[in-house]
Amino acid sequence: MSDDEITNDGYDQALDAIENGEPYALECPDGHQSMPPRQVCPECGSDDLEEVEIPTSGELLSYNVTYVPTPDFSDDVPFVLGVAEFDDVRLTGRVQADAEDVEVGSAVEVGLGESETTGRPLVTFDLA
Amino acid sequence: MASAHIAGVGMTEFGEYPERTGRDLFGEAGGTAIEDAGIDREEIDALYVGNFMGELSENQGHMGPLMAKAVGIDAPATRIESACASGGMAVRQAVKDVRNGEADVVLVGGVERMHNMGTTGATGGLSVAADDLWEIRQGITFPGAYALMAQRYFAVHGGDREDLAHVAVKNHANAANNPLAQYQTEISVEKVLDAPPVALPMGLFDSSPITDGAAATVLVSEAYAEEHGLETPVAITGTGQGTDNLALAERESMVRTPATEDAGRRAYEDAGISKDDVDFLEVHDCFTIAEVLAIEGLGFYEEGEGITAAREGETTADGELPVNLSGGLKAKGHPVGATGVAQISEMTKLFRGDHVNSDAVEDAEVGLTHNAGGTVASAVVHVLEVAE
Repeated sequence: MSDDEITNDGYDQALDAIENGEPYALECPDGHQSMPPRQVCPECGSDDLEEVEIPTSGELLSYNVTYVPTPDFSDDVPFVLGVAEFDDVRLTGRVQADAEDVEVGSAVEVGLGESETTGRPLVTFDLA
Repeated sequence: MASAHIAGVGMTEFGEYPERTGRDLFGEAGGTAIEDAGIDREEIDALYVGNFMGELSENQGHMGPLMAKAVGIDAPATRIESACASGGMAVRQAVKDVRNGEADVVLVGGVERMHNMGTTGATGGLSVAADDLWEIRQGITFPGAYALMAQRYFAVHGGDREDLAHVAVKNHANAANNPLAQYQTEISVEKVLDAPPVALPMGLFDSSPITDGAAATVLVSEAYAEEHGLETPVAITGTGQGTDNLALAERESMVRTPATEDAGRRAYEDAGISKDDVDFLEVHDCFTIAEVLAIEGLGFYEEGEGITAAREGETTADGELPVNLSGGLKAKGHPVGATGVAQISEMTKLFRGDHVNSDAVEDAEVGLTHNAGGTVASAVVHVLEVAE
């Protein structure tokens, strides 16, 4: 069985939601948000989690320009990798832009793309 | 609380030995430590081995029994894995065994084989210390993760690549005459800034190298040392551990390391010291920014102020608080599972006077080792003191 045939319950659905433009996080009664899969809230341990929409646009908190990749991204380099904040959750993803056009604080739109090396899905950020 | 006394230490040369297996490296380091301690192998009550990616690098798990026989002992043997903090966590287990009376003599070591994986392979192997779903599948690497921390640090606190370059320059200078170090060469700020990019703002010389190597130490109880007339000039008097979210993006802050803060606070409390008592440090400088975050997390600098410490000469060998006199992970090398034990080995020699940089800490009484896993999702700190 190849890795691509293995499903990751929670994660795969979250990626589908990002692709459909309706990203969501999990939220506990105290309002802590986190990305799935979760059995409990990582902040308070509550098992009362519900899906809540998060915005598709966020703020880029940091980025790098990766030149030395893992084997799964050997044909992708160089690429810009960033961390962006969407309400209370943060995602790591590929910034779809040249490094010189990117800065900390940039507004980004979350989407779904794929590794040029493996074709596997990944989170993307387009500069807004 | 009883202390765990250091009876002996050993380290292979750190460097590029793609032909040497983990068992070969560990056999050498363990043997050196046992010889240095001057004890009989049969006296060893337990073995802990730190290793991170043996399964990936040499198809080898279950290293406890393997490494016991590699050093010729029969004692109960266990492998400990906490990414790049594996070695430090193994030391912590050994300290606990000695303290709680379960063992009088414990051999603890760490080993990693990395060069045979190649650069991309080793980058991939190391990446599994990150979150598979939300980090590895997005293309994160460890240079990349620390680059994210550095870029965020610059944005929040200021500082630049040149400040970080001074960390690399300092640690290479410290390793220059260390015969066990991977890089025994001094470098310049210009060389760091002009080096090929790995994950900008981290360049080649902001990054610790891919390293093959092993380290070991023999810990004994005070009673055992007295009974057998062992010389144990250094003791581990405090240990502390901290844990954080595995994924960097899930942290409250990308420029603080609460796992280090917790590990440090617990180790200080355990040893009954404060940071003001500490004379010198060996910290986890897998990347230049990591040393900055470490000295801030351990309380020696306020958040946002550690970045100028090396440039200002405060953490150099002749500075007020020498950091990484061994050369650190940056220049001594970083065989990940061995690193936390190598810190103990190097610091012990620095205290004993048989390290090339011992003169820098001639009157020192208290030292601190700090070993981190992943983007500091794990951290372990040990307090070493000159034994009474």
